[in-house]
Amino acid sequence: MRGFLTFLAAVAVVALGYWAYHQNIQTQQALREVERLQRAIVVERERLGVLRAEWAYLNRPDRLRELVDLNFERLNLLPMTPDQFAVMDEVIWRPETPEPLEAEVEDILFSASEGEDTP
Amino acid sequence: MTDPRRIALRPLARILEARQKGENPDAIERENLRLRHEQQRDRLRQRAESRLLVLAICFFAAFTAVGVKMTALASSEAAEPRSATSGSSIISTRADIVDRQGRVLATNLVTNALYVHPHELIDPEAAAAGLAAIFDDLDEATLLRRFSSASRFMWIRGSISPEQQQLVHDLGEPGLLFGPREMRLYPNGAVASHVLGGARFGEQAVNAAEIIGVAGVEAHFDEELRDPARNGEALELSLDLTIQAAVEEVLAGGMTIMNAQGASAVLMDAHTGEVISLASLPDFDPNARPRPLLEGDPSQSPLYNRAVQGVYELGSTYKLFTVAQALEEELVTPQTMIDTQGPLRMAGFSINDFHDYGPRMSVRDVLVQSSNIGTARLAQMIGAERQQQFLGRLGLLEALDFEMIESRQGRPLYPSNWGQLSTMTISYGHGISATQLHLAAAYATMVNGGTLVRPTLQRQAEPQLGERVISEETSMALREMLRAVVAEEEGTANLAEIAGYEVGGKTGSADKPNPNGGYYEDRVIATFASVFPSNDPQYVLVVTLDEPSISVLGETRRTAGWTAVPVAAEVIRRVAPLLGLRPQTVDPELAYSLSSASQ
Repeated sequence: MRGFLTFLAAVAVVALGYWAYHQNIQTQQALREVERLQRAIVVERERLGVLRAEWAYLNRPDRLRELVDLNFERLNLLPMTPDQFAVMDEVIWRPETPEPLEAEVEDILFSASEGEDTP
Repeated sequence: MTDPRRIALRPLARILEARQKGENPDAIERENLRLRHEQQRDRLRQRAESRLLVLAICFFAAFTAVGVKMTALASSEAAEPRSATSGSSIISTRADIVDRQGRVLATNLVTNALYVHPHELIDPEAAAAGLAAIFDDLDEATLLRRFSSASRFMWIRGSISPEQQQLVHDLGEPGLLFGPREMRLYPNGAVASHVLGGARFGEQAVNAAEIIGVAGVEAHFDEELRDPARNGEALELSLDLTIQAAVEEVLAGGMTIMNAQGASAVLMDAHTGEVISLASLPDFDPNARPRPLLEGDPSQSPLYNRAVQGVYELGSTYKLFTVAQALEEELVTPQTMIDTQGPLRMAGFSINDFHDYGPRMSVRDVLVQSSNIGTARLAQMIGAERQQQFLGRLGLLEALDFEMIESRQGRPLYPSNWGQLSTMTISYGHGISATQLHLAAAYATMVNGGTLVRPTLQRQAEPQLGERVISEETSMALREMLRAVVAEEEGTANLAEIAGYEVGGKTGSADKPNPNGGYYEDRVIATFASVFPSNDPQYVLVVTLDEPSISVLGETRRTAGWTAVPVAAEVIRRVAPLLGLRPQTVDPELAYSLSSASQ
């Protein structure tokens, strides 16, 4: 009986030792994994920072103003002025009846899909 | 349990045999007993020896383990035991600065620094020639001389672009090395340059460098921006990038048209004290901050922030404070008639008006038409001591506690002996100097209902309800008068009348002091302090032009009404829609054209 208990205790010690060792290794692995991920996050953050800086640089007011001036013929963009505000009641809305344009578009789509069928 | 090998102590056969021989059988028993004891002793000793051995092995193993661990600890690098990894290392060292809409004003960019180990250079001549070809400002001969010196380490560049890095790589020289660097980047260039200030490298090591703010908010918030506990959270300013850019654009145009030396503008929320735009021209690129002037007038440097550092006499804009105090102390009402017969002589000094306004004017007209004599009369009624107290309560007599280090230099100047004459000149803004930011804050206090406002560059969630300086009624009366300055034909700022917004304001033109004493005849500081919309002022805009002059109908004009006012009007016309202010008066014709256009 005593021998059996001793044996059991010995097994328990070995098992616990294994468990502790295993946990230790797992923790270390997890820490290494966290570190790897953090390094990856650093890289991604740096990339994000560069992209954000680039976005800000491309959207800097001086450049946008230059682009607006260069593309004035196509965009016709001008600084916002007080006379661009209006009262809602004074806006004339589009009539509710279906537009003839929609029917035209459908016609075009229809003929286009027919055209695809013919070789 | 008996041992099978156990020998009986008195074996019968031997005892009988001994009895036959006449021997004592007890001797046999003793002999056997002795043998048995010896056997027992041997067994015990063996067991003890084996136990000792086990114990020795255990101790040996234990001491070996301790020894191994000690050796490992001694020979390895120390590391704290830890149960988690820290996250702070992944945040960049200096927090970003963003505007009120979250647009980036300052951020960090990872670049590389270039350094040399001269002893590792294979071909110093080729390296020097290559570097001189990549970087324009490096001289081949100087580089070669430095490479052949005894030093084993030298910096070439603090931060280089990726293209330059590739070019240096292509030289294929093992002695040219790169160290990672975080560089401060201001993506918007010169926009808001004075507010942001700039940064430089502090302590440098091969693998990192400290970034230190040198001016503006970068210097004021240096500690906070570098604080690791901040966790990379961006610093949110009250500035609006779009509005700042628009203000700078209009101001630059105005400065050119008005032939001014410099121009500055402060746009401030009248209730929260948030500075939405703070511009000073000429400006600079904070990415390549110019060196400060070592000699001469610092105000000639583009680094000089006219709005915050520039302490000027702000002229007639101060009349508002005199009128406000006279109304507040119930000395007069807006309709009280004031003697404006000039010139007003006082202690050998005569006070004149720009032109003769006749013998009497109402207090309201004194402000609207800007009569020096009328204002001086009001100041006489108030008295020196109370005037000083009032201006002190408005914060016009001490440097502002503003979030830019330059604001400490913006210390107002006023006479140490505040006598009767000083009282009269100070009443119309002469003999007292302050910065434009002081003026903006004081105007905000005057028109927002009468509570003190401190200008701030940090985003505010709610109005500052500061100490009450003037009553609600006085504030309302002042708003009406400021509106009249712009709206009435005789008002000095009638060029600020713009469609859609009711603007109120007060002009001020002061002769520039000559450093050799006295004042210049033909150099003025023209200021226009405006509020809009004037019936319920949300914003205060102060525009100042330095030495403007414009030729109108063959006559050279320098006064604010002809110079600062049109510029300010254009700023308001551009900025008010961006601030989301609806025009107050909708032109019916305009509305019709809009609706017919959308048809």
